[in-house]
Amino acid sequence: MAELLRTHPLEGWTTRFERLPDTVRITVEPYVAMVDVRLAPVGAEASAALGVDLPTTPGTWVPAGAGRAVWLGPDEWLLTSTTEAPEELEARVRAAVAGLGGSATDVSAQRIGLRLTGARVRDVLVKGCSIDLHPRVFGRGSSAQTLLGQAGVVLLALSDAGDDVLVLVRSSFAGYLADWLLDAALEFTPTPDR
Amino acid sequence: MQLIACPWCGPREEVEFHYGGQAHVPYPDSPAELSDEEWALYVFFRDNTKGRFAERWNHTTGCRRWFNAIRDTTTYRFESVYRLDDPKPPVTELARSRRSTAP
Repeated sequence: MAELLRTHPLEGWTTRFERLPDTVRITVEPYVAMVDVRLAPVGAEASAALGVDLPTTPGTWVPAGAGRAVWLGPDEWLLTSTTEAPEELEARVRAAVAGLGGSATDVSAQRIGLRLTGARVRDVLVKGCSIDLHPRVFGRGSSAQTLLGQAGVVLLALSDAGDDVLVLVRSSFAGYLADWLLDAALEFTPTPDR
Repeated sequence: MQLIACPWCGPREEVEFHYGGQAHVPYPDSPAELSDEEWALYVFFRDNTKGRFAERWNHTTGCRRWFNAIRDTTTYRFESVYRLDDPKPPVTELARSRRSTAP
């Protein structure tokens, strides 16, 4: 029987990412556990049970232990964790919100993260994204679910200077988005000498 | 491209949204007593307003929430958006005045 090996959808793009300049650096994030939380209303009880104040302002994220809590909707959040296994995170969050009428679903396999760092990151992103990414309105703690190129993504601002953005994209769209990002970054990429 | 102001996410491009038909179509009070004709009217028949029209939209690639919008069907301009639990704004008088000025 064939052995099943876990592979990353962007393994084939690694060398092309490495050729990018420091002004547009694309790093493939390691897998993290992610859980989709549905809960309404969210109050002090939920914060105490989860150990994090779920953000109620649209388009924001907050650090949550060794992960993040991202606003996805008025009653929906994405909780990530870099230290827990997906099933551990799901069980912990489910136990915390089940008594409050909420639900938790492991969605770790749904999205992968691409971290974009460098001074030209915003110039690359605005080629395929209509929302205002200026640090004045999209500083650290901001998030947005939108289209980048033709792919639906979640953007998380990790710095106040607009030079550090995490893009969460569906695994099946990752190859498309990687090609799109490389094309968008082409003008900032030095041409090899002939 | 036209921007539509999602009540949750703010102004976004039109391609992020999906149309959901006429808003404020009430579910029948006593469905068991409806005749076939009344069911057909509820399920298939919608207004075909020229002018301001209350309709449902979904922010598909954003927060995935439904909301209502008043859109002018002649100009395609969105005049207001409101959440599902907000009351329906008055729309009738504008539709009527527009019809009277048409050639």
